[in-house]
Amino acid sequence: MAAEGDLKLLGLSVSPFVVRVRMALHMKGLSYEYIEQDLFNKSELLLKSNPVEKKVPVLIHDGKTILDSSAIVQYIDEVWAAMGPSILPVDPNERATARFWAAYVDDKLFSAYVGINKATTEVEREEKVSEMLAVLEQLEEAFAKNSNGKAFFAGDSIGYLDLAVGCHLLWLKAQHKMFGVVFLDAGKTPLLEAWAKRFAETDAAKEVVPDTGMVMEYAKKRQAYRAAVAAAAATAK
Amino acid sequence: MAGEDELKLLGTWASPWVSRVKLALHLKGLSYEYVEQDLDNKSDLLLTSNPVHKKVPVLIHNGKPICESVVILEYIDEAYGTTGPSLLPTDPYERAIARFWVDYIDQKLVIPWKVAFTADGEEEKTEGIKQMLAVVQTLEGALKECSKGKPFFGGDSVGYVDIALGGLLAFLQGTEELCGTKPFDIANTPLLLAWVERFTALDAAKVALPDVTKLVEFAKTKRLRI
Repeated sequence: MAAEGDLKLLGLSVSPFVVRVRMALHMKGLSYEYIEQDLFNKSELLLKSNPVEKKVPVLIHDGKTILDSSAIVQYIDEVWAAMGPSILPVDPNERATARFWAAYVDDKLFSAYVGINKATTEVEREEKVSEMLAVLEQLEEAFAKNSNGKAFFAGDSIGYLDLAVGCHLLWLKAQHKMFGVVFLDAGKTPLLEAWAKRFAETDAAKEVVPDTGMVMEYAKKRQAYRAAVAAAAATAK
Repeated sequence: MAGEDELKLLGTWASPWVSRVKLALHLKGLSYEYVEQDLDNKSDLLLTSNPVHKKVPVLIHNGKPICESVVILEYIDEAYGTTGPSLLPTDPYERAIARFWVDYIDQKLVIPWKVAFTADGEEEKTEGIKQMLAVVQTLEGALKECSKGKPFFGGDSVGYVDIALGGLLAFLQGTEELCGTKPFDIANTPLLLAWVERFTALDAAKVALPDVTKLVEFAKTKRLRI
């Protein structure tokens, strides 16, 4: 294997943004030291490496810190351009399309399912579920337009946009189990549903994506944390 | 080399996101057709070019639309890699740093600014101002780190982060009148103050940025959408 230097990744196994980076590292065949973080009790290393945002993922390459999952994935693609497949497409137009939809997903899909997690009433939850379904309809169209009948957004094998969308699937699966919502179905979003199955079968996904049980456990932990914070704030007033 | 290379930019004169794209096109020495949009009465061209967001800017290159200012900036740099200066650094690590700061600007600066501008309550406004100034302070540190003593975030010449922040300059210069506080001052943000002077003196800035007085007046009518 070509020299890759010293690679460390600070992450949270159920974070979609961390999953995205780990899949990129896997695609390039890179070995790295993975350090799971406790976000309820942030480590000194995390706070020192990302003082501005205090978030994961953080990639540390030969002592240099790289932040923000999209920037990290592009960094991996550029530094190890000679290793493994290209993550981003080569053509500038296709790159722009991939970046556009990745930004869309991180904004709209992410905020919808975070909203579902945080909802305190049934009405609130249903609102967010509708938002989510509207987003998925857009993505179904995007897939139809951009995949050219191939298996993945990027073509015959996964690429940047597959990682950007696919990394969120673990949360869709968890919420299906927790709240019974059907997000991807063969009726409304057939292309996306089929794509999601193929995505889950890739080596990179099998290696990196945590099982739904883990995701649900973490969701419960976060919910308990939020409740405790709210209770503390209520008594403090 | 011959053959049509057609660039069209759909925008609105006040939009900082549109200003970013104009800056990039000017810095690269690219000619383009600018088409001012009426956002109260969206054109067919805008709606078909940006069906997802229905917003400006949209860059149409040889008939193909590219949307979202940050996506457009990277596109211009890549599609015109051999034309004019490079907007992003060549080194992957420096590129990652530039991308981080551009994302930071978009995620952290704009929202508190809007709160400071539109808030009705005094408490909300004060909070918006406080958050905005904290972000500006972080950007002062970013400028120090990225410029390494040189004039711009991009070093000797204007780069990606300069353009991303520079697009917002007319708003930043109007902040005192619109939000009730100066974003930059000699005590806390001397580097950014100097950077503002340098940036506004650029030819590209003179063409790409709206007149601050005109912008402030327009913003005050509350018909402004950013």
